[in-house]
Amino acid sequence: MKIKLYLTVLLSTFNGLFYSPNISAQVAAEPVNQDIRVYNFDELEPLLYTNSSKTYIVNFWAMWCGPCIMEMPYFQEYVNQHPEVELLFVSLDFPKDIEKKLKPFLKKKGITAKVVLLDDADANHWIDEIDPNWSGALPFTIIFNNTNRTYHERSFESLEELEIEIHKTIN
Amino acid sequence: MKKLNLLLTALLLLGAVLVSNTYAQERKGPPKGDRKGPPSGGAHSPEQTKTLEEIGGYKIGDVATDFSLKNVDGKMVSLSSIKNAKGYIVVFTCNECPFAKMYEDRLIALHKAYAKKGYSVIAINPNSPENEAEGYAAMQKRAKEKGFTFPYLVDEGQKIYPQYGAVRTPHVFLLDKERKVQYIGTIDDNAKSAKDVKVKFLEDAINALQKGEKPNPNFTKAIGCPVKPIGK
Repeated sequence: MKIKLYLTVLLSTFNGLFYSPNISAQVAAEPVNQDIRVYNFDELEPLLYTNSSKTYIVNFWAMWCGPCIMEMPYFQEYVNQHPEVELLFVSLDFPKDIEKKLKPFLKKKGITAKVVLLDDADANHWIDEIDPNWSGALPFTIIFNNTNRTYHERSFESLEELEIEIHKTIN
Repeated sequence: MKKLNLLLTALLLLGAVLVSNTYAQERKGPPKGDRKGPPSGGAHSPEQTKTLEEIGGYKIGDVATDFSLKNVDGKMVSLSSIKNAKGYIVVFTCNECPFAKMYEDRLIALHKAYAKKGYSVIAINPNSPENEAEGYAAMQKRAKEKGFTFPYLVDEGQKIYPQYGAVRTPHVFLLDKERKVQYIGTIDDNAKSAKDVKVKFLEDAINALQKGEKPNPNFTKAIGCPVKPIGK
């Protein structure tokens, strides 16, 4: 009886292990950004750091920011070519605009990378927490892995410019 | 029987360890208990493409330049043309930026409350007029719609905002009577909701100047729209 129970638990444990890649693959195949999460800074902050050697790009942007919109395709194109790189777009748009403006905008622009929305009023506090050298102007990009990290208060004018900065950061 | 049991337990534990390891590796963010902020220094200290200092502009205590810029009423306005000034609330703002718009009513209220005490709001649009929505006609329209009681000036040739170091709209520079920069930053701590404001940074800074004190804090940050230089 006991053995049966152990076996069941054991099997489900291994099931979980072996099937988890498939599950995540299924999730990835679903349409992206159907559900755009709204975070405060404390909820966002863990996404700005990693323990892995994988390359992460976090881009702060908003629909009302012209230079942000100009550079978005370069980020998307980069991760299309480098699927091993994680890209996160942190939108500073208004939560009320998610359904009617943000989602249609992302669809139109072909943005398939993950988007979350940062809604935290006390920017004077969290801008410094992210990077004391950041003035608060958008766009703003962090490129990092578990050992290297660079901040970019600028817009990238081409895919090549972005590639150079990623290369400089990671290698 | 007992041996089998033991073996299974061991296997189970191994399984659990494997699972938790998998999770540990996927877990993003700093380990619990660690300082959460940016890593400080070290061999891999963060690099910055353009620091605040490289952006340039005034620091606290610098004497700000005067200017002569065209107002929405067609007249030229300079700081020295404001009579009985005890200080100046120079605000770089614009027509289209949602953050600038959210502060329009608060700027009107500030001017109403403080102009008579010697602190006038002087709004300057630093954006390139290449974008029609930020051009002179659009500025006149916006000033009329909102009933601006303060000057709303064109930064002709975009010569003034780089000297001040305005990087976003809205961006406030509070000057004292001698045009010394006493406060740089944001108006208050909640752009989206005036009723939820907890700290009125700019008003606190003006009140400090009125008492002959130094504003504290004298530098704050906010999210705003990037200033658009010509040709961008």
